[in-house]
Amino acid sequence: MTSFVKPRIDLKNAPVNDIGMTRQDYDGSMSTLCAGCGHDSVTAAMARAFYELSIEPHKAVKVSGIGCSSKTTAYFLKEAHGANTVHGRMPSFATGAMAANSALTYIGVSGDGDSLSIGIGQMIHAMRRNPNMLYMLENNGVYGLTKGQFSASADIGSKAKKGAVNEQPPIDPCALGLSVGASFIARSFSGDRQQLVPLIKAGLKHKGFALIDVISPCVSFNDHKGSTKSYEHTYKYYHKAVHADYVPPSQEIKAAYDEGATMPVELHDGGKILLRKLDPDYDPRDRGAAFSKIIGSKDSDEILTGLLYIDETGEDMAEQNNLEARPLNQIPYAELNPGAKALKELQKSFR
Amino acid sequence: MSASTETRVNDFVIKIGTVNGTGSASANELLMKTIFRMGVPVVGKNIFPSNIQGLPTWYEIRVTGEGHAGRSGDVNIMIAMNPESYERDLAELTTGGILIYDSTWPRPHFMSRADVTVIGVPLSSMCNDAFKVARSRILMKNMAYVGAVAALIDLDVNVIHGLVDEMFAAKTKLIPANREAVALGYDFVTNTYKGPKAFKVEALGKTDGKIMIDGNTAAGLGCVYAGATFGSWYPITPSTSLMDGFANYCSLLRKHPETGENLYCIIQAEDELAAAGMAMGAAWNGARAFTPTSGAGISLMSEFIGFAYYAEVGLVYFDIMRVGPSTGMPTRTQQCDINLTAYASHGDTKHIVVYPADPGECFTMAAQAFDLAERFQTPVFFLSDLDIGMNDWMVDELTWDENYAPDRGKIMSSEQLAEIKQFERYMDHDGDHIPYRTLPGTDPKGAYFLRGSGHNKHGKYTEISEEYQEVVDRLNLKWKSAADHVPQPIVTRSKSKAKYGVIAIGSSDGAVREACEGLAKDGIHLDYMRIRAFPFPQSVEDFILDHEAVFIVEQNRDAQLLNLLLTETTVPRESLVSVKYYAGQPLGYRFVHQALTDGIAALSKRKKSA
Repeated sequence: MTSFVKPRIDLKNAPVNDIGMTRQDYDGSMSTLCAGCGHDSVTAAMARAFYELSIEPHKAVKVSGIGCSSKTTAYFLKEAHGANTVHGRMPSFATGAMAANSALTYIGVSGDGDSLSIGIGQMIHAMRRNPNMLYMLENNGVYGLTKGQFSASADIGSKAKKGAVNEQPPIDPCALGLSVGASFIARSFSGDRQQLVPLIKAGLKHKGFALIDVISPCVSFNDHKGSTKSYEHTYKYYHKAVHADYVPPSQEIKAAYDEGATMPVELHDGGKILLRKLDPDYDPRDRGAAFSKIIGSKDSDEILTGLLYIDETGEDMAEQNNLEARPLNQIPYAELNPGAKALKELQKSFR
Repeated sequence: MSASTETRVNDFVIKIGTVNGTGSASANELLMKTIFRMGVPVVGKNIFPSNIQGLPTWYEIRVTGEGHAGRSGDVNIMIAMNPESYERDLAELTTGGILIYDSTWPRPHFMSRADVTVIGVPLSSMCNDAFKVARSRILMKNMAYVGAVAALIDLDVNVIHGLVDEMFAAKTKLIPANREAVALGYDFVTNTYKGPKAFKVEALGKTDGKIMIDGNTAAGLGCVYAGATFGSWYPITPSTSLMDGFANYCSLLRKHPETGENLYCIIQAEDELAAAGMAMGAAWNGARAFTPTSGAGISLMSEFIGFAYYAEVGLVYFDIMRVGPSTGMPTRTQQCDINLTAYASHGDTKHIVVYPADPGECFTMAAQAFDLAERFQTPVFFLSDLDIGMNDWMVDELTWDENYAPDRGKIMSSEQLAEIKQFERYMDHDGDHIPYRTLPGTDPKGAYFLRGSGHNKHGKYTEISEEYQEVVDRLNLKWKSAADHVPQPIVTRSKSKAKYGVIAIGSSDGAVREACEGLAKDGIHLDYMRIRAFPFPQSVEDFILDHEAVFIVEQNRDAQLLNLLLTETTVPRESLVSVKYYAGQPLGYRFVHQALTDGIAALSKRKKSA
């Protein structure tokens, strides 16, 4: 196998965004995943979100670990730098990259094997540090590249393609994220673009660590009867709790909203996330309520989706480290070098 | 007194045996700095347990008017403050030596050695009478033994007072009590032992322009001056003080003058795997990045190291070696990661490694390591050890060349990208085996995908045999070409033509040099080469071929340096003779002297029988 260039078909009069780019400008190379793979839909949703936000592709950085999901960073934003790192270690690589230049937009793409087994330590500690990134967890309950072993997100009772039944309780990344301080937690489904694209936009604009757990079925190894990560199962138990739309700073919220059912959350850049609550008594700014809702949904077999928790008030990693707005990688050496005189002075304590 | 009546001036060793956690470190430093400030060169070694409180610990001060840099192997004055190690301490004393102990509790069995002098000083009872608080009684006992030694070897009390004043500059209330404690010990010894002095310090002017500093602090400071902006780490002995040094000097010297914001970022990672990932991510994104660790950490970082090698990301890994394998002896020293760092990670990987020998080189080689990492876009290992890293060494005052400009290597700017048709990450455009890199966020044309999977010179994924091989062959050529750019070996030629040579690296230097000088006095002449980096420059092979035999002195069991020389040069096996010390203490010259003497005798015998 080698990499394939995606053929570009120039559509006449293709719509352009605020910076004059078409949706196609946000594509990458051709996907080499299986036909029907949920991940390809997520890739398209990510490209769409960047396009709608009018982010210059080269001002974004894509990072991933190892696995089917991690391959997808090659399939969008060809004008952005990307790094396909080592298995389960994308969060640390991304953390260092963000420290070096906090002025770019960072998106990490991972899967349930990469994030919840080999890389669970790194994911947890990244959430604790609250770096400014969107972390996409494409969750299909199975190891695809090694042909169908259960992952740590497989539900109890879920059946593998070859018939084995999973007995171990699953790790829920959303519940985990809540417990360690992730400041934006969402769940969605690769088959629901209407929900997913606005969520990605909100996650990219959130200041701090945003996690979107996306149910993304594996058509080759986990889309059969008895699997709880199949298209059929997901559609059947899908429950939307909170819909989130990103409203840029330039745009006013005009429509009167019903207090209680709709609420705006102010973002650091002056934009807003407009939450439409489909469950009237659910407040995604209440950590305790979010936790019991997420845990409760497990008992009722419901797949709870939408923006489940948001906290815009915390400090992100750059602020915690007292970094200035100018990226570290752009500070001239003259400002980094304390000089020969300072060296002489400080050595008095070594006499 | 059973000691000889001759006085040894400025050439002896003081060893202090205490219990760790009793605050003796500052007293020992006071003693050493007093001698240093009297203008007499010193070598300090802290031999401490992997423990916070309650176990035996020693501090050794070699007074060396000649200015030797290693341990001698002798102990002439032993201050035995720890009953648990009394027996060992007595046994270690060289003939003619003096033992000082706390005679509050008399120990008649110390009289078992007729070849040493035992001096009892009632340190505890004197301090119990003079001071009220329990903790201060313990601490003052330390100051009292400083006073006792001062009287014994004729130290300048004014220098001690000056240092005490500096030590407590922030808590001046404590100065009188500390001075008093010093006087207790001083007066007791002065009044009780009036005979001729067996050992004596006489002021010399030999420490002007010198400082006392440990290698980790110097390396941390070197990172500041090199312009490093990102450091990630996981705490591990004996490397922790390197990041402490970087952090301290950054907070002093690296804040924005107006806003007070940090012009650096330090992240304490959850483990060494993450520390390696963070440093690599920062380096990829254009920061000068590093991570300090020890051998166990390098084992954990190895996956990322292979990734950085293959994807060509330059960053610096500081390995402050400690005794292995496994957890080993975390507070003891060894040169046991020579192999590990040369080839760390799975697959065909070869790295650039620099071998500093003292804190002075730690400072300068830190900047060189970053320049090499960025020039060659590859991991660079800075291989120091516990002896260099954690002990205070006397070195020349550090200086900084104001004309230094960091070598950032080949980074393509937006303007340069505009002039080319297409950016190809791994293309050897200049014929020097080094490709151009771009930084994220610079230009749409410069985008590429960093991967540890098979890739071709264009930077694209590949599983095509020829394309894969082309890249790894270039990597090997790139690595080899670094041999001319790394710190070159330092050769000390003997005065007359030498049949045999010696090769060593790092902290073995002081002991080896002293042994060579000693042998020269006996009429045995050796050329000495200290290798300072890997890959080995051609001069290393030439040096070996130029001698009938070369002794490879190193601090590990498996002759790692010798084997690396055999692998990476064409020298015949029989031309190399292994000299190994690996018991965990800093190398002493007596050991090397003896090993070389025996080795030369064996070689002559071999020659005769051949």
